[in-house]
Amino acid sequence: MDIAFVIEKFVLVAIIFGISLLIAMYSTYAERKVAAFLQDRLGPDRAGPFGILQPLADGVKMFMKEEIIPTNASKWLFMVGPGLAMLTACIGTAVIPWGSAITVGDRVIPLQVTDINVGILYIFGVVSLGVYGVMIGGWASNNKYSLLSAIRAASQNISYEIAMGLSIIALLLVTNSMSLGEIVANQHGWRWNVLYQPLGFLLFMVCSFAETNRAPFDLPECETELIGGYHTEYSSMKLGFYLFAEYINMFVSAAVMASLYFGGYNYPGMDWVLAQTGTVIAPLIGTAVFFLKIFAFIFFFMWVRWTIPRFRYDQLMHLGWKVLIPLAIANIIITSIVIAIIEKF
Amino acid sequence: MEPLTSKKKVLEKKPLTFAERMYLPAITKGLAITISHFFKKEATIRYPEEQREFSTNFRGMHSLKRDENGKERCTACGLCALSCPAEAITMIASERKPEEIDLYREEKYASVYEINMLRCIFCGLCEEACPKEAIYLDGPIVPSDYLRKDFIYGKDKLVEAPLEKK
Repeated sequence: MDIAFVIEKFVLVAIIFGISLLIAMYSTYAERKVAAFLQDRLGPDRAGPFGILQPLADGVKMFMKEEIIPTNASKWLFMVGPGLAMLTACIGTAVIPWGSAITVGDRVIPLQVTDINVGILYIFGVVSLGVYGVMIGGWASNNKYSLLSAIRAASQNISYEIAMGLSIIALLLVTNSMSLGEIVANQHGWRWNVLYQPLGFLLFMVCSFAETNRAPFDLPECETELIGGYHTEYSSMKLGFYLFAEYINMFVSAAVMASLYFGGYNYPGMDWVLAQTGTVIAPLIGTAVFFLKIFAFIFFFMWVRWTIPRFRYDQLMHLGWKVLIPLAIANIIITSIVIAIIEKF
Repeated sequence: MEPLTSKKKVLEKKPLTFAERMYLPAITKGLAITISHFFKKEATIRYPEEQREFSTNFRGMHSLKRDENGKERCTACGLCALSCPAEAITMIASERKPEEIDLYREEKYASVYEINMLRCIFCGLCEEACPKEAIYLDGPIVPSDYLRKDFIYGKDKLVEAPLEKK
């Protein structure tokens, strides 16, 4: 392990961390703007041109607010909750391939922090850990609404994880690999997995909405029933962390969806671009394309949020257990039959 | 009970069809509706910079008018105060002195004329009652303030600006 390798990874980690924080920050702004435009309004436009400084103002506000810890709260867990939510949201980006490797001279710099061979399982594990932040926060608040919300979050995540896992199994049958780097590299040019797994993508997307607690599955924080849900008792930057973690989660799941099903950094005509621009510029263009896809997904997340009303709890469970899981199983069976037939002939 | 109107809508509760239970067609329809609003013109008016245009018969803040020679028209007859349903108007009448002939049109004028803007309901009856065409509700919206006493508008705020001397 040479020193350049360590530096290279550190720089990459720092950049990815910074970018995910920046995107999460501006997602809050984008959310408000998108909501406003979808409702024929203007949205925030006071801080800076077009309200571009709004996230900074919000951040300052969050820091300046009084920090309140309820008397009967479990103090230690109360503080661990938001930290855990933030941590699990941030570490998911480690295995996502942000671009194909940059080649400078004879040095190959992969634009992926680590390409572990069970990348998908890692993402899965991290996403499931995310619910612990919500659960611990809800439990530690010593508030009935928070507790109810924590229970909802837990059962919702468990229910939808199953369908999500099953939809990924069908994907694995197609790709023959669990490493995210390989899965993305195999989708070269136009051979995006969504073309082979449209149903699987649909299931995965619905489950991602549920896993990130976004509308129409935002039952853990539904204001009309639970005040603020698990963050009812939180204030100041702890609340900020929870809200922030939600946006980072959204960014990560958009990145995962883009890389698993929409070809990650691949785009049609990329070979021609590689021949024209060389091995340094071309991967960066790929990264830009990847981010475009991510932004499209984030926009879609927001678009859906301001379109579809929240599910009722029994509807949520019905959809998870009686619709998505059977569909995912059927998808696996059909996929394996088709693969078997193709291999036979 | 029989419905009081002739409008009657019979609601039938049919079980959802398969297409409806799929959710997806309805969701795409909803998404199409919301995205169409994305490109529509926003209804917002950025208030301090932009202001909504009033209709031609809008009744705003009162103004006491001057005649073509710049003299105050009001003769303190008190009809406006009498007609006011909210009892917002008070005035004290005085007699015009010979040297004030350029200031007031009539021999009697209002030395104090006050409208309590918190009481005023902007009905426009004072405007209709005035025989001298001296008061009109043609101003902007009455601005907000912190103290009740600041809402009692005297002549300094109500009387039109004097004519430019030529």
